[in-house]
Amino acid sequence: MLTYILRRLLIAIPTLLVISLVIFLIVDFAPGSPASEIPLTISPEVRAKILEAMGVNQPVMVRYGLWLKQFFYVEPLIFYDYLFGTMHAEGLQRIISYQTRGPVFNLIVERIPQTMIVIGTAYLVGILIAVPIGMYSAYRQYSWFDQIGTFIAMVGYSVPTFFTGVLLIVIFAVHLQWFPSIYDTTLMVTDWASFLKQVKQMVLPVMVLGLFNAAEISRYMRASTLENLNLDYVRTARAKGLGEKTVVLKHVLRNSLIPVVTVIAIGIPTIFGGAIITEQVFKINGIGAGLINAIHANDLPMIQTLTFIFAFLIVTFNLIADILYGLLDPRIRYE
Amino acid sequence: MKLKTMLLGAAALLALAPQAYAERGADGNVNVLYWQAVSGMNPYLSSGTKDVEAASLVLEPLAGFDEKGDVFARLAAEIPTVENGGVAADFTSITWKLKPDLKWSDGSPVTSADVKFSHDYCTAPEGGCAQGGRFEGIASVETPDAATIIVKFKAAKPNPYQAFVGSTSPIIQKAQFEKCLGAAASTCNDQNTKPIGTGPFMVADFKVNDVVSLAANPNYRDPAKPAFATMTLKGGGDAAAAARAVMETGEVDYAWNTQINPDLQTQMKAGGKGVFVNAFGTLVERIEMNMTDPSSALPEGERSTVKHPHPILSDIKVRTALSMAIDRNLLVAVGYGEAARPTCNLVPAPAIYASDNTGCIAQNIDGAKALLAEAGWKDSDGDSILDKDGKKLSLLYQSSVNPVRQDFQALVKGWWNSIGVEVELKAIDASVFFGGDAGSPDTFQKFYADVEMYANNFDGTDPEPYLAGYLCNKIPSPANQWQGENVNRFCDPAYDAMVAELGKTQDPAKRGEISKKLNDMLTKDSMVIVPLADRGRLSAHSNTLAGVILNVWDSELWNAADWSRVK
Repeated sequence: MLTYILRRLLIAIPTLLVISLVIFLIVDFAPGSPASEIPLTISPEVRAKILEAMGVNQPVMVRYGLWLKQFFYVEPLIFYDYLFGTMHAEGLQRIISYQTRGPVFNLIVERIPQTMIVIGTAYLVGILIAVPIGMYSAYRQYSWFDQIGTFIAMVGYSVPTFFTGVLLIVIFAVHLQWFPSIYDTTLMVTDWASFLKQVKQMVLPVMVLGLFNAAEISRYMRASTLENLNLDYVRTARAKGLGEKTVVLKHVLRNSLIPVVTVIAIGIPTIFGGAIITEQVFKINGIGAGLINAIHANDLPMIQTLTFIFAFLIVTFNLIADILYGLLDPRIRYE
Repeated sequence: MKLKTMLLGAAALLALAPQAYAERGADGNVNVLYWQAVSGMNPYLSSGTKDVEAASLVLEPLAGFDEKGDVFARLAAEIPTVENGGVAADFTSITWKLKPDLKWSDGSPVTSADVKFSHDYCTAPEGGCAQGGRFEGIASVETPDAATIIVKFKAAKPNPYQAFVGSTSPIIQKAQFEKCLGAAASTCNDQNTKPIGTGPFMVADFKVNDVVSLAANPNYRDPAKPAFATMTLKGGGDAAAAARAVMETGEVDYAWNTQINPDLQTQMKAGGKGVFVNAFGTLVERIEMNMTDPSSALPEGERSTVKHPHPILSDIKVRTALSMAIDRNLLVAVGYGEAARPTCNLVPAPAIYASDNTGCIAQNIDGAKALLAEAGWKDSDGDSILDKDGKKLSLLYQSSVNPVRQDFQALVKGWWNSIGVEVELKAIDASVFFGGDAGSPDTFQKFYADVEMYANNFDGTDPEPYLAGYLCNKIPSPANQWQGENVNRFCDPAYDAMVAELGKTQDPAKRGEISKKLNDMLTKDSMVIVPLADRGRLSAHSNTLAGVILNVWDSELWNAADWSRVK
């Protein structure tokens, strides 16, 4: 197991390097320039100086090299300094956004909490809804419950969030006026009243994303449960005279969860990635909204850094999912 | 009855207004929405309008422009002029005096050293200062005492109100920015997002591309202002959502640049919670004619260069006919409603510089047809497209992706088709079109098309640098990586000579006269630039917000200190 993990970690390094290079080249070769954000009233000479200060005109490989150094050396050093109060990174150039002319990681640190709270809650809600629904749908296959569950899952999975989001805003924010349509990012949770406010403003985005997540996971749960229900050990358990409750909730649930847990683990990076559309619709200042802003402004350092972080998380959680699978199912052995 | 109520309301408003700002911070919080979110509070680093305007709440220049475009004193005790001896008679220096007892929001005194430092900060090499243009032609900035600043110019400067005037060249605090000179500028994140200023507000919290929370500056020079204790400057969404938030839901007190189509404007007004305000500056939507041949048959490096004159558009009769065929009134009604008006001028304002040229406004399809016939274009093969010497009158018309621009393109295409001109339309993503990338064929400077449409304006109230953009030596070409303002490749020695004369002229009336002539040379005399619409600023404010005066010559938030709540 240990050698397997080590081997996987070693393979991950070149994988990530290749990913980072590919992302960099794609973003760089895409048409558009950060200069389009500079007003036309600014003369070409001044414009050229601004671009030079950004480092836009350097050859692509020089910029890539610089980014590698900044991402893998300077930024971790800054974090180390922050943790231990040291000053090792003093004077080193950090990854600077073209758009804000400030460090990219400041923006990320500022936005991670909103994304984690909203999207994380939505993911959790999605799982909590999906697991029981998926199980019951499988246990009562082709019943009314199963049919309705399948229908809702289909709708949830196939209707885009920019539609459900706006629909929910029209119903609950405009007509019923139960919840706000704009997420207040300055709200501090200090007491009951502000906590309730926070819950209120989270309801709509969480519903939108929760429905989407639940739809996906419940299908996996249903399929996995169905597979298990027909296996010999279930018949044996019933033959032993165990109650239906014990059979389903103890034996079947545990075994059916194995593949679902890995699906859930693989989906975790999307929490950090944010939900670009949902964040835009509800004006949540999360990572997803930050990414789309950066794309609009051709802010290469920001796009590059964010997408690479996503790539890193995806590789990591894939590894975690594989390891979890081995731990949960003793039949799986990695040699 | 309705009129009477309105009048009564207005009277009540007037009566209440003086009481409303009797005390600093008495009116609580004001919500402002900039649908383009603010990404920095240092105008020397971020040139975007949203950033400059947000920063203008905190950072102030020595003098600003009022809603009429006149210079008025902010940090300066008075405006230096030749009459009061502040400006040297030969226009080679200007002497500013600070107001007495000025304080930064942290309580420390504002001195001439801060002013000099602001100049040094923006002119430091490798700093990439976005407002470098404001400090051009300065030989030195001297500070004989703590309240006096003498700016010496390299040559006579007829318009000395550039450096330290207007929201694009504010005074920053030396003590705060001392370590941020040159290449270090972008490492100073705290300074760039929370600058210490002299303005009515100061930054309490800054969330990049999201929200700026501001609080009243306790050391603001007028003890009774601002009336609001706090301001929340939220970003995000789009122009329609911003207008809705003021006009229909009333969640927001002031929304910036609510540029929406006329139908939507009418619909929103019915909401009754706010009003639209508009004002006209110098932003002109125009069609630019390419005087050189953009044909793809030419070798790369020679396309759209002065080596090959345009085979069709070099003839002024064709250019004039194209302009005559356009119905500018209809364009404005479809695209902008109240937010624009038809114009024939490149410089539509200030009044002293604006030519009385209105000849293009009435559409004249028959006249256009006659002019083309006169130029020798006729439909010899009956396909309703004119031709001459076997060449069809066919044009490629490009613009950036933008719903209004595509509407304009479609309408203009219709009119041009009706006079026998074949038109191919092209819309290019704004980030490419305005990106200035020398490697891309689709930038507006490279102009690989026959005509193109976009909008441009000039900073401040003096059109000289703007008009100087059309000199022969400002033509974009491969030799200068396609940089340069003269995208038409217009070149007229008489024009160049007149611009040089403008640079030497100091008398305002005379300057106005020359500017008008230059404007006419580019527009009605040559039809190289075909102005369509003078686009104003359209913003919205709530009925409960008093004191808003829309200003297109400076930051829109220029008088936020005078804003108050209608009680």
